[in-house]
Amino acid sequence: MAQKKGQRGGGGAADDAEVVARVPLQAVLLADSFNLKFRPITLERPKVLLPLVNVPMIEYTLAWLDSVGVEEVFVFCCAHSQQVKDYLNTSEWMKPSARLSVTTIESHDAISVGDALRVIYEKAVIRGDFILISGDTVSNMSLAQALQEHKERRKKDPLAVMTIIIKHSKPSNLTHQTRLGTDEVLMAVDPETKELLFYEDKADPSQRVISLDKLLLANNPAVYLHSDKQDCYIDICSPEVLSLFMDNFDYQHLRRHFVKGLLVDDIMGYKIFTHEIHSNYAARIDNFRSYGTVSKDIMQRWTYPLAPNVQYFESCPNMKLDRHGVYKAPDVQSRSAQIGAVTVIGSGTIIGDRSLISNSVIGQRCTIGHNVSIHGCYIWDNVTIEDDCKLNHAIVCDGVHLRAGVVLEPGVVLSFKVEVGRQITIPSYSKVSLRPQPSVQDSDEELEYADENIEVIESPSIISMISARNAEQTADLSAMENSRLSEVGISGVGYIWSTYEGEHDEEWRHSIAPIPETKLIELSHRDHEDPDVSYHDFNSTPVSGELQPDSESTGFDDGDAGDSADFDKEVEATFHRALTGVNQENVILEINSLRLSCNKSHADCAGALFLSVMKLGLVAPHSSNNELYQNTAKEINKWKDLLKHYLKSVDEEIEVILKFEEICLEIATEFSPLFSVILSYLYEKDVLSEDAILSWASEKEGADESDKIFVKQSEQFITWLKEASEEDEDD
Amino acid sequence: MARMDFEVVVLAGGASRSLSPLVSQEVPKALLPVANRPVLSYVLELLEAGNLKDLIVVVEGEDAALLVGGWISGAYVDRLHVEVASVPEGVGTAGALRAVASYLTANDVLIISGDLVTDVPPGAVAATHRKHGAAVTALLCPAPVSGPSDSGTSGGKEKAKKPVRCNIVGLDPTRQYLLHMATGAEVDKDIRVQKSILRAVGQMEIRADLMDAHMYAFKRTVLQDILEQKDKFHSIRQDILPYLIRTQMNSEVSDNGLVNSESRSDRLSSQSDLRWLSHHREIAPSSFQETYSSSVKLPPDARKTHKCCAYIANESKYCARLNSIQAFSDINRDVIGEASHLSGYSFSAQNNIIHSSAELGSKTTVGPQCMLAEGSKLGDKCSVKRSVIGRHCRIGSNVKIANSVVMNHVTIEDGCSIQGSVICSNVQLQERVVLKDCQVAAQYVVTTGSEHKSESLARK
Repeated sequence: MAQKKGQRGGGGAADDAEVVARVPLQAVLLADSFNLKFRPITLERPKVLLPLVNVPMIEYTLAWLDSVGVEEVFVFCCAHSQQVKDYLNTSEWMKPSARLSVTTIESHDAISVGDALRVIYEKAVIRGDFILISGDTVSNMSLAQALQEHKERRKKDPLAVMTIIIKHSKPSNLTHQTRLGTDEVLMAVDPETKELLFYEDKADPSQRVISLDKLLLANNPAVYLHSDKQDCYIDICSPEVLSLFMDNFDYQHLRRHFVKGLLVDDIMGYKIFTHEIHSNYAARIDNFRSYGTVSKDIMQRWTYPLAPNVQYFESCPNMKLDRHGVYKAPDVQSRSAQIGAVTVIGSGTIIGDRSLISNSVIGQRCTIGHNVSIHGCYIWDNVTIEDDCKLNHAIVCDGVHLRAGVVLEPGVVLSFKVEVGRQITIPSYSKVSLRPQPSVQDSDEELEYADENIEVIESPSIISMISARNAEQTADLSAMENSRLSEVGISGVGYIWSTYEGEHDEEWRHSIAPIPETKLIELSHRDHEDPDVSYHDFNSTPVSGELQPDSESTGFDDGDAGDSADFDKEVEATFHRALTGVNQENVILEINSLRLSCNKSHADCAGALFLSVMKLGLVAPHSSNNELYQNTAKEINKWKDLLKHYLKSVDEEIEVILKFEEICLEIATEFSPLFSVILSYLYEKDVLSEDAILSWASEKEGADESDKIFVKQSEQFITWLKEASEEDEDD
Repeated sequence: MARMDFEVVVLAGGASRSLSPLVSQEVPKALLPVANRPVLSYVLELLEAGNLKDLIVVVEGEDAALLVGGWISGAYVDRLHVEVASVPEGVGTAGALRAVASYLTANDVLIISGDLVTDVPPGAVAATHRKHGAAVTALLCPAPVSGPSDSGTSGGKEKAKKPVRCNIVGLDPTRQYLLHMATGAEVDKDIRVQKSILRAVGQMEIRADLMDAHMYAFKRTVLQDILEQKDKFHSIRQDILPYLIRTQMNSEVSDNGLVNSESRSDRLSSQSDLRWLSHHREIAPSSFQETYSSSVKLPPDARKTHKCCAYIANESKYCARLNSIQAFSDINRDVIGEASHLSGYSFSAQNNIIHSSAELGSKTTVGPQCMLAEGSKLGDKCSVKRSVIGRHCRIGSNVKIANSVVMNHVTIEDGCSIQGSVICSNVQLQERVVLKDCQVAAQYVVTTGSEHKSESLARK
């Protein structure tokens, strides 16, 4: 792809005078986050076009790229690519006066960052070091120093392929997430070279201990281990990064696969370095909580010059900054409304009397009624809010209509054009959309927000869509309660998305609502009750205090036991199908395939089958031991051919006897008094051979007394067997 | 009462097996000579210089205790007030402390290993301990670079010598708190850092180039509690210290005088201290405070904590432990060499110490960084380099001694060559014996003309 414009002089602070063949600074902007965290909104609009303090997110990223001297940007679009392209085509960036050359690259089958970078590699547009950034990043950092460091390192060591930008941000001690709502990241960094040595963003919370490879310290006398750094997701990459993605086509996630992959791979020896920024701002909007946090940071001007009243964005109307961080467009109508601290109100918005607004962003051309209270909300464009509504920490998308008296509890997300009927309370963390919830939600984050071909859940979670405005009558409160809270109400339009199992507990983490007090108290209690007690038991290990009980070492045996129990169950199920008339041959076939898939031996099959047969005997009604014996004998007789199929050698027969012992001891103690009789019956019916019984008995000779009860019980039978065999020999 | 209100326990060890054949019934570890003075004297003089004069010296083994006690009462009769206690052999450092714990009354206890040769003032460790109100403060020093400083024995040829790995230490960014410690076999395993501690402090510096020097200041109550409750604990280094470090966020030790002793802070425990450390760096927008609203009344931090601190010795300080034969040679070399201020002797213009009563034959040279004690005689054409020779040795002619330690009353006949070896007292080396990197036990006789390399010579 040709470079659209000639070189631009002077602007780039990062220009390296020493580079002879000057390569323009390039950037790859991913206009797709490859996750589902902004659903349901992203079903209708790509995340990079969502307004952040009334300006689409991608504007912030492009403005920053422009400010740090990037000359060519390749915008990779995937989901809603047309929308992104349309937006960019009409934006200032595409005008001939723009310094920055913006090119879109479109692909529809990319489902991850890895795929995107492979597409870009194939386009062969990247000629030198480039900046990899996602279109939802807000920053005002200066890149010159980081870029300089990166280039110098590259000169000395061509294996230094990547520099990632990090920033200090201490996660909360209770929630273990940063203020951006992202999980804490554990990083080990060489204090001298700043080389990244270890990266873990999905640390298992149940592990109290971080295990670092001992090789980490092999070459460095010291490393810094950080839990207080935030990954800004701004990376300076060398072209090799793209080819590495080509070579390892299983790399999907930039951090989880690529970064970690390079760190553990000591054959290729590629290195990743970090650059920490201190006074500048850089944050990626990963979830709703970071959306809220970054919005507030923008309003409080931490991102200067990317602030609401700075004429940075052409699309941004002339905002006026009042005291306490209140930004108002000049044509806002609000007579007696109280507008509290840190609020932005877009142009054309009308606010009714006695309404209270604080810590919120309100978009353009909204109509807000009287006595409305809005706190900590993000209200986009063309929203209508009728009188007496109460909104608390909610995201309200374009075109939403809230009828009078609606209450939005903290954490609610209302997607485009949702309508909520009168006096309805939308419970905390609800997500409401006109689009029905896709049924298959792959928990895999890589999954793209699907375009149009969504499968729809046909489930009770779908809310009655009363689109007609016919029933404007006063809502019958009791009826409403009956039909669950999850109603958007009479005259409402929209589906409430159900949360998935297990997700609900974590809903508060990523929501824009402040973490509820009860949750914090609960967490702090858990923190207290759940101390690092794992050391108590080590008191018994006198040798070394450092030996910590290894949590991973919970027996391999356990797993194995569960495994064989599962196998027993499977076999039993198969066997029961035989009872219902399936051909015995087929049963054998099925059990054989089970055996192969579970990696079991014939002996295991024999044991499992025997167990099933014995259980049959047990389930038949019986009142005395004798009856039980009769039942069992009948079953054994019936299935002896099947059993014999698996009793090909003495070993398997012994296995059956051992299984029988186990049954008597653990599974069905009713059999224990009958052990010897059933044993002799099995002998009689040629299921078990005399060799097997005798070798079982001799095997048991050395065993503990407790193990020998059944041998003792069958002593008579065994001696008889022995004598019989001697007699045979005499003959 | 002493001014510092510190009691001092010196753990002098016994007949350490790792130092065989140098130690024996007659010479316990504490009395091994370093530049012709028992190693224990270095600790005792260090303490004396720090005005810590009331000591308990714990020795393993009755006989060893008698020997050590006898020597101390002879050498320090008017200078120190020393009580020598004996404990059975093999009780470990924790066992040794257990034996004397009930006699301790001061608020804090300073525990020093008797094999430490250092010039780090114990007062500095004590002061750090007091300043933080710590449960334990450990002295950390740069790990020694092992091996002789010039060619001759092993390790000399390596271009870049790496410090020995003694410990893996985790420190907070201010390097005041001890957050992680791996000792012994743990050092070579993967590093296992506790998340709760890392979270509290945010950033941990993990270093492999520091050594636990075995000088600790303990809060007495903490020490006594642990010794009482954890009767399986065997060693300070491997059990008590790691235990305290691990549990610092969730203390199990009694807190009488632990938290409340600091009048200025009602509940300022180490955890909050650690948090404060990282808090001052947070330039958080006020929305952060809103999100984690300060109005939220969290229950007071019920969890007890204690502090584990570190005093990191300056690079320029000397610090070594005599716990191996290699260390014995190294320390002897250093004390008459680069750390000569420790020896307490004054060096001649040739940078060596030759006692006035020593006799040298003609054409015999004694190089710099050598020591020749009283009454020793050297024959003609001998050469001594970087070695320590004890009292009343008889050394013949044409003997070469380099990088070695020769103790007292040793007889070395003509034509011997000794390199990198340790010759204990009363040894006889007959003519033309060649020893390289050997240890010769006391009373041993090496026969004429025999050559040994890297051997330990002792009577069976």
